[in-house]
Amino acid sequence: MSELRFDDVTVRYGTGRRATTAVDGVSLVVPPGEIVGLVGESGSGKSTLARAAVGLVPVHGGRVLLDGEPVAGRRRAAGPSPVQLVFQDPASSLDPRMTVGESVAEAVPRERGTSRRSAAVRAEVERLLTLVHLDPDRAGARPGQLSGGQRQRVAIARALAARPRVVVADEITSALDVSIQGAVLNLVRELQRDLGLSILFISHDLAVVRYVAGQVAVLHRGRVVEQGETAQVLGDPRHDYTRSLLAAVPRPPAGSLTTSTIDSTRTTRRTT
Amino acid sequence: MPARLPAPTRRPASARLPAILRTPLGVTGAALLALVLVTAVLAPLLWGDAAEAVDTAAMLQGPSADHWAGTDNLGRDLLFRTLVATRLSVALALAATALAVTVGLLLGTASLLLGPRAGRLVTAGVNIAVAFPGLLLALSFAVIFGVGQVGSVLAIGLSGAPAFARLCQTLVAGVATRDYLAAARLAGVGRLRILLRHVLPDVGGPLVVNVTIGAGGALLSFAGLSFLGLGVQAPAYDWGRLMQDGLDRIYLDPLAALLPGFAVVVAGLAFNLTGEAVARTFSIDSISGVSLLAGGALRTRRRPDAGGLPGQDATPSADVPLDAGPDLVLDVADLVVTVPTPAGRVRPVRGVTFQVARGEAVGVVGESGSGKTLTALAVARLLEPPTTVTARRLSFQGRDLLTGDHRTLLGTELAMVFQDPASSFNPVRRMGGQLAEGARHHLGLSRRQARDRAVDRLRSVRIGDPDRRAGQYPHEFSGGMRQRAMIGLGLMGSPALIVADEPTTALDVTVQRQVLDLLAEVRERDAVALLLISHDVSVVADVCDRVLVMYAGRVVEDLPAAGLATSARHPYTRALVAAVPHLETDLDRPLAVIPGRPVDPADLAAGCPFAPRCPLADARCRAEDPELVDGVACWRPGEDLPSAVPEEATA
Repeated sequence: MSELRFDDVTVRYGTGRRATTAVDGVSLVVPPGEIVGLVGESGSGKSTLARAAVGLVPVHGGRVLLDGEPVAGRRRAAGPSPVQLVFQDPASSLDPRMTVGESVAEAVPRERGTSRRSAAVRAEVERLLTLVHLDPDRAGARPGQLSGGQRQRVAIARALAARPRVVVADEITSALDVSIQGAVLNLVRELQRDLGLSILFISHDLAVVRYVAGQVAVLHRGRVVEQGETAQVLGDPRHDYTRSLLAAVPRPPAGSLTTSTIDSTRTTRRTT
Repeated sequence: MPARLPAPTRRPASARLPAILRTPLGVTGAALLALVLVTAVLAPLLWGDAAEAVDTAAMLQGPSADHWAGTDNLGRDLLFRTLVATRLSVALALAATALAVTVGLLLGTASLLLGPRAGRLVTAGVNIAVAFPGLLLALSFAVIFGVGQVGSVLAIGLSGAPAFARLCQTLVAGVATRDYLAAARLAGVGRLRILLRHVLPDVGGPLVVNVTIGAGGALLSFAGLSFLGLGVQAPAYDWGRLMQDGLDRIYLDPLAALLPGFAVVVAGLAFNLTGEAVARTFSIDSISGVSLLAGGALRTRRRPDAGGLPGQDATPSADVPLDAGPDLVLDVADLVVTVPTPAGRVRPVRGVTFQVARGEAVGVVGESGSGKTLTALAVARLLEPPTTVTARRLSFQGRDLLTGDHRTLLGTELAMVFQDPASSFNPVRRMGGQLAEGARHHLGLSRRQARDRAVDRLRSVRIGDPDRRAGQYPHEFSGGMRQRAMIGLGLMGSPALIVADEPTTALDVTVQRQVLDLLAEVRERDAVALLLISHDVSVVADVCDRVLVMYAGRVVEDLPAAGLATSARHPYTRALVAAVPHLETDLDRPLAVIPGRPVDPADLAAGCPFAPRCPLADARCRAEDPELVDGVACWRPGEDLPSAVPEEATA
């Protein structure tokens, strides 16, 4: 279990007068073994923060620390990154020409000199596919032969193959059909529970974040405007922006649980 | 395990070759190339000695029975010499091409291998090199490397390299931003392996095409260099050399120069035609397998794996008498959309029946591939051949849409709002003009009136300072504003129905809220009916009165929106509602899961299309497709679902 800490992180794109600050002095902690949700709208800097966490974009100010040590800089070292990123769209994050087994095997750490086709690697791939509830026999399939949800499981398996200490999940359900998004969310919760993974879970969907994350941070224009326990932030939002986000969530199908008030407003609206 | 898997979308190379041979162009190119290559291999073996045989008795002769193409100054047979020269000419051209491609690949992928900084230097160098004419480069290299075969291979190879380097850079840059490269980098995969495993296979297609065409070019360049005396030196000979020898007496005996020239043309054509044919197969087949189920409704170019169409012979549902009162805006019965594909006709919409009353908001929900967008487009008459739309009844405002011309319908009585507001407007025209355009044509307004109405409509969709905004371009509007302007465009006439296809999917939640509120407001104010297509059950439940749940091109349930959570009877509807978390979802239980995968309209089995994913499915469900009766198309509507939802491996 590891802790991921953003310490006053600033990320800029461009140079000179045309530079834009995508992430502006963000301080955020993903405690060991916990899922922290990060919500915000497009352009709020969520994905930039995710990429900064794994070193795909350079950080201009502040530091990203993994258990107190800078993550950036380690990237030059051989071997997989200790912080792994699961991308939004598995259709583009998996090489369409490689079988899913090959994709996962690429990330499996190996002893120097052992082949990617060795029995040990193959066993590990099987274990990982089973872990994300995929039939190991499907290792020979190409991404095009799998459904969106299955592909996202493969992407998760690849991230886990690298034995990461922290996983960053960037909008991993927004490219999926609603019927399969639930299965991926269940998997995320299960992995956190069973493996004790620390996860930074990024989403624009408050209901999704509420379901998986114990803590949540709200990102607005590159700054964290509110963070805390999910129940507390969503139940008693302090920042106006959080409130407007909550107000904007479509009301759940009426009568699903305790939505009697919503029910009544709907009835009045429907009379028109 | 899903019962039906689509065939691998990426065909193996063996299957690609016949595709090349299927076109006349490909057949010609391949036949010529085979001829040239066979000649190159066999000619020196068969006629090598004959081509070298000196016959002092028959020097510089014209065509005769002994020497069909005449002889040269040593009495050697020109036909044999031309044939034998094929090997050297082709081999040198291929060697030069190989050199060009190797150097080009190294330079072109340098940015990937060396990192951004060194890569930028290489790119700049290539950019400068590309600016020099190839022939000029070849000539100066020929001078530097000296005359002869090796010198000219180096000259032509190196002069061709910048073009290949440039091509590689462009192709690599296109791949380099893909997420799977970032993922591979995070997985600790080395740069060389990323290049070999992820990048080269992707850029290989276009590269092969250009290599083939480049070989043709190299052949011509070689003939040119040899002709100028800079290439192959005697006693060796290639076509260029033969042409040069023959040129001296072209007026006496034209065939001596024309025959090798003809050989150059044939070989050049062989390479170029083959390249063209290969290019066409690649362009048809490029990067398939990525977007298999990644959304997008008009997947008309998908290649279905099943030739037959199960369910094609399904009889239309019984003619239910409908009260076609004056309050019916839209009346659709047995709507079928047929899309021709290479493997047969696919019906993504298979008999959809529904009605929309005046001022009513009807939602259509379903997964990708359920046919919801095609239904909307068919209603708006926006589908064009070869896609065909048939229906037993398709009437709007009491008028039959199946016959006659309804071009003015859209923009006057019917409004359409698309998913992506960024691509719905012309980026180089001012918003006001775009709004006014339709009104001037359809409503006969003057320029002034139309402009005023456009400003008024922008105001009505709550765009601040509409007068100034009307003079702005689409990129100066935010996404939400563009979508509101799109609604405003629909309101330029006085629509009775707004068809909105995923109008908020590309928008943020707060902006989505504004757009949904606006739609509700417009509906209330002007009694406009709304057909809202969405994959998001909560959006539809929020806005609509009634919901149509679509699955596999059919409406499987038609129910009041308020009853979505409580009184849905179709197992699919119930699963769809339960699968989506909302702000009151029980955190202690796993989310409901629909096993299996969304159905592929090209691959429908007999029986209820949802049966393979349905916990209630029995033998009857798998054998017979249920009709929509009393608002639900299910053999076991409303029955209790098994309570435990197992974690499903195939979702």
